[in-house]
Amino acid sequence: MNMSKQKIIGLSLYVLFILVPIYWLVNMSFKTNEEILGGLSLWPQNFTFDNYMVIFTDPSWYMGYFNSMYYVSLNVIITLTVALPAAYAFSRYKFLGDKHMFFWLLTNRMAPPAVFLLPFFQLYSSVGLFDTPIAVALAHCLFNVPLAVWILEGFMSGVPREIDETAYIDGYSFPRFFVRIFLPMIRSGIGVTAFFAFMFSWVELLLARTLTSVEAKPIAAVMTRTIGAAGIDWGVLAAAGVLTILPGLLVIWFVRNHVAKGFALGRV
Amino acid sequence: MNKVENNKAWFLVLPVFLLVAFSAIVPLMTVVNYSVQDIFDQNHAVFVGAEWYQEVLRDPRLHDSLLRQFMFSFAVLLIEIPLGIAVALMMPTKGKMASLSLILLAIPLLIPWNVVGTIWQIFGRADIGLFGWTLNSLGMDYNYASNTGDAWATVLLMDVWHWTSLVALLCYSGLRAIPEAFYQAARIDRASKWAVFRHIQLPRLKNVLVIGVLLRFMDSFMIYTEPFVLTGGGPGNSTTFLSQTLTKMAVGQFDLGPAAAFSLIYFLIVLLVSWLFFTTITHMDKE
Repeated sequence: MNMSKQKIIGLSLYVLFILVPIYWLVNMSFKTNEEILGGLSLWPQNFTFDNYMVIFTDPSWYMGYFNSMYYVSLNVIITLTVALPAAYAFSRYKFLGDKHMFFWLLTNRMAPPAVFLLPFFQLYSSVGLFDTPIAVALAHCLFNVPLAVWILEGFMSGVPREIDETAYIDGYSFPRFFVRIFLPMIRSGIGVTAFFAFMFSWVELLLARTLTSVEAKPIAAVMTRTIGAAGIDWGVLAAAGVLTILPGLLVIWFVRNHVAKGFALGRV
Repeated sequence: MNKVENNKAWFLVLPVFLLVAFSAIVPLMTVVNYSVQDIFDQNHAVFVGAEWYQEVLRDPRLHDSLLRQFMFSFAVLLIEIPLGIAVALMMPTKGKMASLSLILLAIPLLIPWNVVGTIWQIFGRADIGLFGWTLNSLGMDYNYASNTGDAWATVLLMDVWHWTSLVALLCYSGLRAIPEAFYQAARIDRASKWAVFRHIQLPRLKNVLVIGVLLRFMDSFMIYTEPFVLTGGGPGNSTTFLSQTLTKMAVGQFDLGPAAAFSLIYFLIVLLVSWLFFTTITHMDKE
């Protein structure tokens, strides 16, 4: 198979392209600042865990991870709960203003985030949610929910209507059909949606930083702290960067089977 | 697909509508409000009509960064969309290798944006970074901090590194949603690989590609953190994109009125271009 050999080489090259900067990040995280700034070395000469120790022993660091995970999970749950029924409605029914509504949803992802900062701060302060994970989770819904609806609608439209109708004829109620038959058919779409919702919420910095001060400070905001008067603490920043990748890897590990699984027609 | 007329479907959409409207409408009204007033302090503001809009539209800074921004987003789409499709097609479909390649591809997406900038800032340096060092020892005079072309190439490369995976993951999951029966039919017809791609895979990828193109356009059009961390928009103003010009105006000079007018114009441009993409791609389908 000549073709698949080409595929393997192409994919390997691309993965290499992705991994080299990551390797550099990991490499940096085990070095002292003197060594990082001192010159080029392909692996740590004075191997150290100090950068990681800083993060694991300082509550403001590890609580940052905890806070981020808290609001990100909340956001993913809210996003999927509201987006699944809505996407079904958009993919199956015609209703008053459906097309406008569909496009309007996405327009909320288009406004420059800097525009929303001050109004958001005022809005969430006035309802008493400032500095809570709920505020960040809700704020991130602004860009995650529309995206989720769009992605899910795309996948749902790929499922032929006949499947819905057959299920009703077979006596399925709507909720039972939706959960038992329909959702498994679009599992690759749900997997990728969950991952994207997680990812966009996890890396977002501007809103998360504006809506929190002490109690719910996210990890990405804690990281900007390493930029102090004495310059950037490169080692700790690199270690923190490495640690930000891990929860996401866990998430993609859980959804990977759904993303990788296709659907076979005629399951009903 | 034939859709059924059913206005009760509104109830399925209502939670989404309320949730998004809660976060979107109040802030947007505030911005519109700022853009037509001259604000002195909390209680003193004068209605100035369209004055800020005229001022911003005449501002050469806007013209420069807008042109730069379009060039950048165009380059991003031109590279990332085909590359993303190609990567998705190369990925294995079953077994451990499929999981492994999914996980590896996802890594760049999971790093907070400021850290992405930081990694490349070091990675590209000629003295202590592998990338810069390698280029320079190959005889290239690469320096992103002083050479405009190098700064552009670095920001572009950084974006490709960071975001191509998003297109690839979307397309990969889209490919998985193609029923096996389609491929079986193609095998019976002895269709070539290209024919399978052109007539089965590409049309079925349309839905996810619309999302991929729109997302990459919108996000690259709003790029802020990466060039900011890398060179602060330099050398000169060569990598100062729209978001940075806006932030300088709003935070640096605290010109709330013009900044609000600027952001609404910005918003309308993204809206217009996205709408053009969207209608063009969905219309191609009907023909």
